[in-house]
This record gives sequence, structure tokens and C-alpha cells, in this order.
Amino acid sequence: MDDLNLMPILPELFLIAIGMAFLMIGVFKGNSSTNTLCWASCIGFVIAAVLLMKSDWSVTYILSDMLVIDSFAGIMKLLILLGLTVSLALSVQYLHQERIARFEYPVLVIFAGVGMMFMVSSNNMLSLYMALELQSLSLYVLAAFHRNSLRSGEAAAKYFILGALSSGMLLFGISLIYGFVGSVDFNTIRETLSSLDSIPPGFTVGMVFVLAALAFKISAVPFHMWTPDVYQGAPTCVTAFFAIVPKVAALGLLMRLLFVPFEAATDQWMQILYFISIGSLVIGAFAAISQDNIKRIFAYSSIGNIGYALIGIVAGTAAGVGSVIVFLLIYIAMTAGAFVIILSMRRNGLAVENVTDLAGFSKNNPVMAYAMAAILFSLSGIPPLAGFFGKLFIFEAAIESELYLLATLGILASVVSAYYYLRIIKIMFFDEAVDAFDNDIALAKRAVLLIVTLFLVVFIFVPNFLLDSAMLAATSLF
Amino acid sequence: MNIPLLSIMIFLPLICAVMIALVRGEKGDEAVIEKNVKNLALFCSLFVFAFGVFLYQNFDPSISGFQFVEKYQWFGVLPISYHLGVDGISIFFVLLSVFLTPICILASWNSIKTRIKEYMIMFLVLESFMIGTFVALDSIMFYVFFEGVLIPMFLIIGIWGGSRRVYASYKFFLYTLTGSVLMLLALLFLYVEVGTTDITVLMANPIAADMQKWVWLAFFASFAIKMPMWPVHTWLRTAHVEAPTAGSVILAGVLLKMGGYGFLRFSLPMLPDASMYFAPLVMWLSVGAIIYASLIALVQEDMKKLIAYSSVAHMGFVTLGIFSFTTQGIEGAIFQMLSHGIISAAMFLCVGVVYDRLHTREISRYGGIVRNMPIFATMFMIFMLGSVGLPGTSGFVGEFLTLLGAFQVNTVIAALATTGVILGAAYMLVLYRRIFFGPSDNKDAAEMRDLNMLEKGLFIPLAFLVIYLGIFPNVVMDTFSPAVAEITSIYEGIK
Repeated sequence: MDDLNLMPILPELFLIAIGMAFLMIGVFKGNSSTNTLCWASCIGFVIAAVLLMKSDWSVTYILSDMLVIDSFAGIMKLLILLGLTVSLALSVQYLHQERIARFEYPVLVIFAGVGMMFMVSSNNMLSLYMALELQSLSLYVLAAFHRNSLRSGEAAAKYFILGALSSGMLLFGISLIYGFVGSVDFNTIRETLSSLDSIPPGFTVGMVFVLAALAFKISAVPFHMWTPDVYQGAPTCVTAFFAIVPKVAALGLLMRLLFVPFEAATDQWMQILYFISIGSLVIGAFAAISQDNIKRIFAYSSIGNIGYALIGIVAGTAAGVGSVIVFLLIYIAMTAGAFVIILSMRRNGLAVENVTDLAGFSKNNPVMAYAMAAILFSLSGIPPLAGFFGKLFIFEAAIESELYLLATLGILASVVSAYYYLRIIKIMFFDEAVDAFDNDIALAKRAVLLIVTLFLVVFIFVPNFLLDSAMLAATSLF
Repeated sequence: MNIPLLSIMIFLPLICAVMIALVRGEKGDEAVIEKNVKNLALFCSLFVFAFGVFLYQNFDPSISGFQFVEKYQWFGVLPISYHLGVDGISIFFVLLSVFLTPICILASWNSIKTRIKEYMIMFLVLESFMIGTFVALDSIMFYVFFEGVLIPMFLIIGIWGGSRRVYASYKFFLYTLTGSVLMLLALLFLYVEVGTTDITVLMANPIAADMQKWVWLAFFASFAIKMPMWPVHTWLRTAHVEAPTAGSVILAGVLLKMGGYGFLRFSLPMLPDASMYFAPLVMWLSVGAIIYASLIALVQEDMKKLIAYSSVAHMGFVTLGIFSFTTQGIEGAIFQMLSHGIISAAMFLCVGVVYDRLHTREISRYGGIVRNMPIFATMFMIFMLGSVGLPGTSGFVGEFLTLLGAFQVNTVIAALATTGVILGAAYMLVLYRRIFFGPSDNKDAAEMRDLNMLEKGLFIPLAFLVIYLGIFPNVVMDTFSPAVAEITSIYEGIK
């Protein structure tokens, strides 16, 4: 038994501790403490990020190889903490407006966050499963957070049933892998597989089940059906959270799984992901065109964006993984900015969700409208905004791996998706104005929007620091 | 010389755009704010123009290759560098951009009534991106500017455009985007093959002949749409018609030239074998465009549409000249682009003049206005004759040289293209007759005022250039002929 060195997971332990503490405070103080707890959690995430950055990122295995700490895990955790902080900061005002400001919210976000951080660090099928379930169970409850709303309940039920199904598939896949390879440890699986002459067919079947389960988590086609309904039904602040953070964690997990234990089966999983990627790109681009609910539009947008991230993974190189990390950072920024606007769409104290409600937004609130336009142009991948560079590196990796067809389809899908992003811009700028939105937009939301817009515009001037760290993190997987 | 002149020209408009965004005033002072905004935009564009003149003064035409080069490390992961420079070809496109921007701002002085601040910001951003497109010497950087142009142009058409502006702006955006994303893949492919995004290195190291064709087609998709060539020209008609006057001026004057510039900068030097292979196709398409667009222009009832179709025809001469791979052809094509940049810009300004007065572009609503607008009639006559290609105007030189180049390669194509000149004279003279002569049934048309001082000030430099370049074409040809000689020398080796 190796010595019990818990220092490398200090940030997670810290979050668990404050999660427990906040739960106790909430129980005794009641819902009046929600505001304090939310902001305290944000500060907690920042402290965890600082602890993470101070810790050693060289490759370390702890708890009998259950968890691994390397620079890939480190950078993914930073992205997760960033997403958690931003999405929680955006939620506070909305929770009060919808009268659902209960103290469980920040606590659930913290526990989901801990689950995600363990996901990207897991080095064993069992720790993977436990981390994934810790995350998923917290998310199911969050989806149902507006417990008096039928839609919220429906969304949570759909999410839970399909999520439970995918967890079952995951477990079945893991058991097949264990049966045919004889281990659940990532490194042992990799070594065993590469020592065999051919990949056992049973293993391939197991891998397909595992990939299907993870495709559900990242809402990739054909396991995307829940996404639009859950995005629409869940309270908008939870939708923002869903769109921003769990995707990052699940993609991090997927990348580790594909490049460490499944490395020897690269030829097999590449074919699967190739088609999942094309499917996500096509559905994400075409299905959003006819949507009128802005939350559904962004659900399909996130499906499409997962398609791009998968192109980078299919490239199968360190450059590909690095490009996915950069893409995710820019994706977090763009989604957070877009949800600031969606959360601010309220008239007479009630939330409106139809995209046509944005008509004349540029006249009523030009600054926010231009910020939203920058975000939407960036989502469509128009230079000189950051979204273009996110896609540029992914396509560069794809061309380098000679995935010409995939790159061409991906880039044509980006033209189709430009259509529905432009539609939102058109409604904001070209259409006749309707009544203005309520103007009591919280400072936190304004700040996030400002930072996001600046980031998208300025990214072109100072990209090197981010790119270098992403590439460094990517190489630690190989 | 150590002044980073090109960087200044790119960033000055952007800085001014930020300053305009920050212009504030008391509530109720909208008129003062508007005035300040307009003045700021005008001064900025004039400053940039002065820098452009300074650039031209210090440009040494006897040297081939790039001058005023600036190169810095930019991205570490992909070796993209911040790399600028001008040669004999690009310097004129830069001059065209900085010359037309102040004209556009002045042309919008009184005709744009809403959201003036945003309008001026858009034009300055557009100017910066246009300059950047022509001076970028790094392929990814070129792409950033080339496609970045879409954002301000989309908003200009969509916010300040005519009645079908939404349709026009979508069509413009999506057509251009489709072409350019394919070019992006081609640029990335070239990077992977050659290992650099430096345009000068890419020009010197063509990739293997069997791979060139796909890359060439990807470039062609982008540049042909931008030019625009038949059959992907349909976005131009709607974009031109719906855009505000200044938007049409920039669109016809500069944005269309990006396609021709792209052919000269990328397709011809980097992919010589594929260019040779596809040249007959391009030449036939060009001839098709010339005849087809001219015939359609003959029956147009809308002035802007007519001029838009004449642009398609004139751009046909450009591609015809470029893909003849002869010195005369390519020099003629570049000259034709510059001349068309001035003439079509002026024609759209002319339409703007009558549109501001009568608020219709329908030709039949006008007639006999030569009586009340003699100065305007004279100006229009100069530009119309330039567009027709009358000897002594700049339009003649370009058309004549491109046809000369085409004759050396394929007599049939050249003979067919020549009919375009006749058709051009037909539709332009008909347009002129219907607007200026004939009976004036329409009372409001007969009451239109002649040009005011501002409008005269806009037309005189343009008219001067049309005649000056027509009489002394060598002023500009001497500057770009070394650069053209470099391109043709590649093809002499292949032939």
C-alpha cells in the first residue's frame, strides 16, 4: 500500500469540505443564506483554482492508481472551475427572480463540480464511474430545481431516465472490458491491449457501450435527443450551467479514456467518433434553423460545437487534443456571454424565451446588443474573433491527420450554423423594435459579458500563453 | 525606413473607431454628437489617405518584391507571423481603399440619418480590414482580414439598406462565407504541405502538381464568389441594390477586387500547374459572364441592378486577362480592376445623387433631367464613357489589354469577349439616354436640383482620375509591371 498522499487532490478536498460546511449552514440558516452561500462558493472555486495552480502538475498516481494528476487533468480542472464560477455568478439574480433561491443550489453545484474534477483525474474505470455518478446525480436534481414548474420536472425526469440508462450501458461496457482484458486500471488495460496481437472482439463491444454512454453525457448525435428538452425545461441558470461545465468534464474524461486505455484500439474508436462527429455537426447545424426558443437554439448550438471538438479528438494527435482544449476555453467564454443575454431576457418581471423577443434589442440596449453580436459572430467562426481561432486549430489538426472529408463537412456545417446565428443578429439589429427588456441587470452579469466580449476581441493579440499551456497539457496524455 | 507605415494604416482606423464609440454628449445634444462623429471619421480617413500617399511616394517601383515589410512572431503553436508588406500590385489596391473611404464617408454625410455613430464605426473597421487584406503576407492573417470584412459589410447592408436588405445581407454573407471557408482549408493544407504560412515562401515553393487541383478549386470557390464570376454572381445583384450608396461604392470599388487580387497572389504563383489546367474553364466562364451579364444589363429597369450587372461583365474581363498568363493580359486585368474601382464607385455615387432626390432607382421614373442637372449630366457622361471603354478613359486601357492578352491564347474566346464591349456600350448609352434625355413626363424629376458643392467635390477627383489614367496609363503600369513579370516568368517556364 502506497502512502496516503492526498496533497495532489487538495483542491477537491477543499471543495468537499466547503460543500459539507455550506450544507450545514444552509440547514440551520435556511434559504435566507442562499445569496451568501452562492458568493462564498464562487470564492471557494477561485481558492480551489489557486490551490490547483500552486500544486505540482507532474504525473502522479495516488490512491492505488485510482486517480492521476498530470497537466492535462490540471488544465481541464481549471477550465471546470472557471465554468463553475461563471455559471454560479450568473445564476444568483435569476434564482431570486424566479423565487427558487434555495440554499441547496450552491451546494449541488459544488458537488457536481467535485464530481467533474474527479472525472478528468480518474485513472480507473471504477473511479470514473463514481465520479461520473456524483456529477450526474447532482445535475438531475439541478434540472428539477424549479420544482413547481411542470417543464422543469419533465426535463429532470427525461434527463434522469436517459442518464440512468446511459449509466447502465457504461457499467455493462466496463464489465465487458474487465472480462476480456482482466483489469479496470487504465494503464494496465493499455499495456495488456498493446501486448495482444489483435483487439478482442468482446473488448470492442464493451468499448462501444462505454463510448455510447459518454456520447450521451456530451450530447453527441445519436444520443442527443434529451438536450433540447432539458435545456428548454430546466431553469435558465441551470441550462447555462449545463451548457458550460459538464461538457468540458465529459470531454476531458473521454479524451483520457481514448488516448490512455483505448490507445491500442485507436483504429476502432476513430471510426465511431468520425460518424458521431459528422452527425453532431449536421444535426447541430440544420436542426437549429427552425427553432424559435432561444434555449433550444443554444442546445443545438452546443451539439454542433461538440461535433467540432470531436473532430479534434478524431485527429488523434497531441495537436488535436491541444486544439480541443483551446476550443473548450473559447466555448466556455462564448456560451457564458450568450447566456448573460438569455438570462436578461425578462419583461415585466417574467422571463421570455422566444428569439423574436430580441427584436430591436440593438435600439433598446446597444452595448449589450453589440456584445451579443460579437459572441454570435464568434460562434459562427468569423475572424478576427476568438471563435475563429478555436476552429482554426481544430481544422489544422484535422488536415494534418489527413481527415479531408471530415474537415470539409465540418467547415460547411459552420456555414449552415452561421445562418441561425445570423438570424439572431438580424432580429436584434434589423427588425422593428418591440418593448425593451427589464433593465435591472445584475452587476455580475454585466461584468461577465464585458470580460467575455473583451476576451473574444482581444484573443487575436495575445494568444500565445493560452496556446502554449494547452499544447503542454495535451502532450501529457501521450 | 523604420516607421511601421502599414501597421499605422491598419490600426489608425480601428483606434478612431474606438474613439468614435466613446464620443458622448449631454442628452439632447444629438446633433452635436453626430457632427463630432462625422468629423472624426472624416479626419481619420483623410489621415489614412495621407499615409497612403506617403506610402506611394516612398515606394520604389524599380525593385520587384515586397517593400515596407514588417514581420513579428505572432502565434507560437502554428507558425503564423504578423507579416506585412506591399509590392507593385497590392499598393494600388491599398491606395484604392484609402481613396474611396473618405469619399464614402462624405457621400453618407447627409444621406444617412439613423445610427450615424455605428455607421462611421463600421466604415472605419471596414477600411482597416480592407487595407489588411491587401498588405498581409501571411496566409492566415490574410484570411482573417479577408473574412473579417464580412462583419461590417453584413451590418451595413442589413441596418442601413433598402427594403429587401435582410435577404441581401444574408445572401452576401452566406455566399462569401461558403467560398472562404473552403479557402481556409486550402490554406491549412498548404501550411501542412510546405510547413509555413508565409506567402512569400509559399509563392516560391509550389506544391506537387497532382495535389494542386483540389487546392486550386478551393481557392477558386472563394475568389470566384468574391469577384463574382458567373454563375455565383447572384449575391452581387441583391447586395448592390439593397446596400446604402456608400456600401455599394465600397463593395464594387474594393471588395470585388479582393477576388482578383487573390487570384494574382495565391492561385497563379502558388499553383501554376493547376492554373494552367483550369485556365480554359475560367476563360470560358469569363466570356459567359461578359456576354450573359451584358445582355441582362440591357433589360434592367433598376439603375443599381444595371450597374451591378455591368460589374459582373467588367470582372469577366479581369479573369479573362489574368488567366491568359500573358504580360498584357495580367497588366490589363490589374488596370481594369483599378479603373473599375474608380468608375463603378462613381457610378454608384451618381445613382446615390438621384436617389437622394427622388427616392427611386427605377430608370423610367427619370427622363430629360439634362435640362435641370447639366453638371451632373457631364459628370455622369465621363463615368459612363469610362465604363463603356472609350479611348482616352481608364476603362479603355484595361479592356484593350485584357483582350490583347486573350487573343494571344485563344482567338475564339477573345472574339466573343469583344462583343461584350459593344454590348457594354449599348446598355450604358441606353441608360444615359433614358435618364438624361427624352421627354420628362415626371414633374419631380424635372425639379431636381443640380449637384451641390459636396457632390461636386466628390465627383471631380474621380472624374480626373478616370481621364488621367486613360491618358497616362504608364503612371501606374510601370509600378506593377515588375511584379507582373515575376508571375509571367513562372508560366513561360511551363509553356
